[in-house]
Amino acid sequence: MSIDVSGVNKRYGDFVALQDINLTLPTGQLTALLGPSGGGKTTLLRIIAGLETADSGSVVIEGVEATRLPVQKRNVGFVFQHYAAFKHLSVARNVAFGLEIRKKPKAEIRAKVDELLQLVHLDAFADRLPSQLSGGQRQRMALARALAIEPSVLLLDEPFGALDAKVRKELRDWLRRLHDEVHVTTVFVTHDQEEALEVADEIVVVNEGRVEQVGSPDQLYDEPANDFVMGFLGEVTTLGGVRLRPHDVEVATVPGSGSLPGTVTRALRVGFEVRVTVDVAGQDALATVVMTRTHARALRLEPGAAVWLTPADGATAVAGSRPARPAEEAVAG
Amino acid sequence: MAETRRVTAGPATYVLRAFVIAYLVLLVAWPVVLVGTNTFENGTTAITEVFSDPDMVHALRLSAVAAVVATAVNTVFGVTISMLLVRKQFPGKRVLSALIDLPLSVSPIVVGLALMLVYGGRNGWLGPTIEGWGLQVVFATPGIVLATAFVSLPLVIREVVPVLHELGTEQEQAAQSLGASGWQTFWRITLPSIKWAVIYGVVLTLARSLGEFGAVKVVSGNVLGETRTATLAVEEKYLNFDQEGAYAVAFLLASVSVLAILVVFVLRARGTRHRAFERQS
Repeated sequence: MSIDVSGVNKRYGDFVALQDINLTLPTGQLTALLGPSGGGKTTLLRIIAGLETADSGSVVIEGVEATRLPVQKRNVGFVFQHYAAFKHLSVARNVAFGLEIRKKPKAEIRAKVDELLQLVHLDAFADRLPSQLSGGQRQRMALARALAIEPSVLLLDEPFGALDAKVRKELRDWLRRLHDEVHVTTVFVTHDQEEALEVADEIVVVNEGRVEQVGSPDQLYDEPANDFVMGFLGEVTTLGGVRLRPHDVEVATVPGSGSLPGTVTRALRVGFEVRVTVDVAGQDALATVVMTRTHARALRLEPGAAVWLTPADGATAVAGSRPARPAEEAVAG
Repeated sequence: MAETRRVTAGPATYVLRAFVIAYLVLLVAWPVVLVGTNTFENGTTAITEVFSDPDMVHALRLSAVAAVVATAVNTVFGVTISMLLVRKQFPGKRVLSALIDLPLSVSPIVVGLALMLVYGGRNGWLGPTIEGWGLQVVFATPGIVLATAFVSLPLVIREVVPVLHELGTEQEQAAQSLGASGWQTFWRITLPSIKWAVIYGVVLTLARSLGEFGAVKVVSGNVLGETRTATLAVEEKYLNFDQEGAYAVAFLLASVSVLAILVVFVLRARGTRHRAFERQS
């Protein structure tokens, strides 16, 4: 096991940032710490790195008891959201930094830096200053810098958070491919469920200082442990006391067995899909249904139309206990 | 450098501009220029006379030595205190921060008297003890350095603290995660990042130290050829009706200050360009 976190607690004054965290992350995996802002995921990452100390509990990295080790001795690569580029050093010197500190021979450093710059596609920018790079390039430089010391684990704190949507998506794919090449145990923090679902081998959902669920993207999406995980990983709607995904609701224009009658109040088209809001009889909350535009047109779904709703076969659903909390809100919060 | 689009200038703007220019000319530029013209009224004789008088050369050298030593001490002390103020949490931090501004707000003559109370050879609180060790502080070079250092103490700190704040700690944390010790992080990351602020502070400290008069007057004893600094010599010459000599020394002091301001101006322009360049992209 590469990273072993057990019984970790952390408070800032009255605020409980982490509460009894127990986590085991296997070697060579790409793990996402997913959760809303202020949920404690960054604090957890910084405690693993040694940039923050836990009030209690222990951290073991690659079998080495690291709880009391300072960050310098943990041999972790850390990548910051805002790059933390050494502004006065060239790209090559940035990448060489950890090796220079380790007093490696000059030739070895040069070879290693060249190799890493090629890996992150920055070999043409070796002599530039970080200020002459774009955000995405700076983050790739920061990644090469962290990889240079051959860390036992690579920790990334919202690595793509400061980049625009397009670059973020590119870098995300690139990180996945890089990880398949380099195989270093990697943990990254994100509040973007799509990013986590797309890139990670395993996702740890952290909320309000606690681990809500640990599992593969499929497990989390198909078998959410609770309402929060379900709501955080995607849109949720309520139908007949059950919470399920809006695309898992089937719509019919005639009554059927077990279907719930309702009236369409709104049909909003977003690109190829249509989001239909339905006032279900005997239910306080409005139900949302997502379907393709073609499907909606075939059913003639316009405000005022009478419809009958049923959960689709095999739909992921949890009993609606907690009040509904749309995914968007959870992300923004 | 940020270009501000100029709004059409109304009459009020011109009046304001004329007022500011008149104020600066009457208060600063013209008097300083007059020192220069008075010095060179009879060609370079006044200047050559100063340099041929061994007592004057001694005074200039003493001023230079005191200024350089005080600046060196305040640079090391200033950067250390700045790091402490910005990067560490400790009780009494705000009191310390306020205390550091004291030398700027207290009259130098008060500083001189205060130093006498502590280091005075006969009645001082510490003075007799130190003199017992064979080191004379007051009425000697150490006292002059001490007074100069006291007066110019905040200048480096006030330059470095805001830059350290703006710099943040992420680069330092990154360096540490790459294995750098505290000392290595400081030398390789922090110091290069605050370099311009330190240089700026050093130049200001040097200029301020060279011009120090009040505090030095009290603690130096003002003995010709021994503890009389250049600023004290200016006063002495002026009071003794050697106006030409007074202007000559004053001119030399003023030139160093003007030179220092020029250096700062150039550095600042470079620094701004540097930062503006970094903000691009």
